[in-house]
Amino acid sequence: MKSRILAVAAAALLTAACGTNEGNQAQRAAGSQQITGAGSTFVYPVLSAWAADYQKHSGTSVNYQSIGSGGGISQVEAGTVDFGATDQPLKSDELAKNGLAQFPVVVGGIVPVVNIAGLASGKLKLTGPVLADIYQGKIKSWNDPVIAKLNPGLNLPNAAIATVHRSDGSGTTFNFTHYLSQVSPAWKSGPGEGKTVAWTGGVGGKGNEGVAAYVKQLPNSIGYVEYAYVMQNGMTCALLQNAAGNFVAPSADSFAAAAATADWAHAPDFNLVMTNAAGANAYPIAASTFILLHKQPKDKAKSNAAIAFFKYALEHGQGQAKKLDYVPLPDALVKQIETYIGANIK
Amino acid sequence: MSPPPHLAPSSGAAADRLFRLVTAGAAWLVLIVLGGAAVSMAWGGRLAFETFGWRFIASRDWDPVSGKFGALIPIYGTLATSIIALLIAVPVSIGIALFLTDIAPRWLRAPIGMAIELLAAIPSIIYGMWGLFVFAPFMAAHVEPWLTGKLGGLPVIGPLFTGPPIGIGLLTASVVLGIMIIPFITAVARDVFNAVPSSLKEAAVALGSTRWEILSRVTLPYTRSAIIGAIFLGLGRALGETMAVTFVLGNAHDLSPSLLMPSNSIAAAIANEFTEADTELYRSSLIALAFLLFVVTFLVLCAAKLMLMRVGRTHGRSQ
Repeated sequence: MKSRILAVAAAALLTAACGTNEGNQAQRAAGSQQITGAGSTFVYPVLSAWAADYQKHSGTSVNYQSIGSGGGISQVEAGTVDFGATDQPLKSDELAKNGLAQFPVVVGGIVPVVNIAGLASGKLKLTGPVLADIYQGKIKSWNDPVIAKLNPGLNLPNAAIATVHRSDGSGTTFNFTHYLSQVSPAWKSGPGEGKTVAWTGGVGGKGNEGVAAYVKQLPNSIGYVEYAYVMQNGMTCALLQNAAGNFVAPSADSFAAAAATADWAHAPDFNLVMTNAAGANAYPIAASTFILLHKQPKDKAKSNAAIAFFKYALEHGQGQAKKLDYVPLPDALVKQIETYIGANIK
Repeated sequence: MSPPPHLAPSSGAAADRLFRLVTAGAAWLVLIVLGGAAVSMAWGGRLAFETFGWRFIASRDWDPVSGKFGALIPIYGTLATSIIALLIAVPVSIGIALFLTDIAPRWLRAPIGMAIELLAAIPSIIYGMWGLFVFAPFMAAHVEPWLTGKLGGLPVIGPLFTGPPIGIGLLTASVVLGIMIIPFITAVARDVFNAVPSSLKEAAVALGSTRWEILSRVTLPYTRSAIIGAIFLGLGRALGETMAVTFVLGNAHDLSPSLLMPSNSIAAAIANEFTEADTELYRSSLIALAFLLFVVTFLVLCAAKLMLMRVGRTHGRSQ
């Protein structure tokens, strides 16, 4: 309970801290609509940037609390917020049970980062199964023949690999372990996929910033963080082999390629995790955050305001998303989402 | 709105009754809140207790994907870090307090006393950040290789100091916790040392006691029960500390004999995992962990009370 209160307090502080001029606008817009949402921390930076822009644009204020995907799901189910945001898509029957609709809003990527003395970023090549074996403790040393075979000419140290994972339940871990389960049968039958799994050894950092800090401090370590943290902290990332067999670097283009080649058209209610996408340039651990809305909302006006906000974000929010190292959705997908909203939300 | 004068005598009695009621209410409130907290945690954790029974306490499983939970590792991590923290903090705190009350020149007492109080006012997240960014790298680069080299090969205690020096783990968390509880123990110890009647100390001086003899035979025995109380106050704080421990303990559900390896504590596990605990059983297991922390803390306090009673008895007999 304490942690939840802390999280809410921290979120409140954050909004208070960066809300000095937003406060004025809120006063100006007093009397106009206010919509509330809760959920994923991953989407919080871009969602609050969109909210600030949207308030200038329309006067509607969007109050988003980044309490975690689990909290977001239960709050929107209970109807205490107008929309929820989750990093792990819900299945159609779960959505139907609570009368919810679901669609993605933004794409990001999860990147393996390493700390090996003298290694430049983007030089180390890894495959999914190798990554799974490292995290399961089957590959223990950086100069293991399996890694050496993928990286001819690269001088890797004879040092034990220290793995770093997320200690808190997170959508980042979900997407990472979902990917490992796709490419490694041993991982699938072992730790499996989830927001927290039973790790073999290693240390757990709290949040992306915790994992980033541990990887930076522990020599010969490997971790996984969201793309924005790689950029902001200048970390050494590894290349991953995608389903087409190419080694791709994490970038806005490769995430967009994953989003474009993912088979959205055949995913009911957009229930699709984009890992291991098929495209030649697709990044293998691309991730998305999904918005949850009631199909038959009690407060129609608020629901319409929320839909208008997400329409605005999907159509005009690309610039903000790119600035914050997220990737906007491809146009075809945006059209598909708008059709879905029109068909499902009354 | 002052009461009319003719009511004054009876209103005094009424005020007394009111005062009694208010204070009694305040006292009862503590019991009600405490009992309510215990009951609600036990209730919230009932699913975990029903599902796993006693195995919940004895199992080292923690697998949210397949829904297997056990509290052994967090309990071990909580107790181990707190006990090592006490081993570090108690001698240092008592040393500081004795220095401040009996040895330090008068002009030095106020600044050091103030510094101790400031140390107590630092938020725990600052200790955590300091631990992660400053202290853990120092441990990894200097202390842990030395410990492994000098002690790792010894029988019995050797396994405590093996493993790669990663700087994050039980020992680092214990030292940070130790530093955090020093001000609490010191503040109480200084106050009770100050309360030792100077006539006793003067008598000891008159008998030709050295400074050490005064400390060990007059001051410490006289304040023994209060010092034990202070130590358990520190222990209580160490057991429940969350933020600082989360930063430097490593948050890994691993049971390793080595103090240099990452582990987990009850409070850290709850802080880390509660927000995304999305199944009933998972959430219930975390609440059950909270209940166990409550039980552990309660047992520790009981032990303190018992110890105080025994100290009181032997002390009484020897006089």
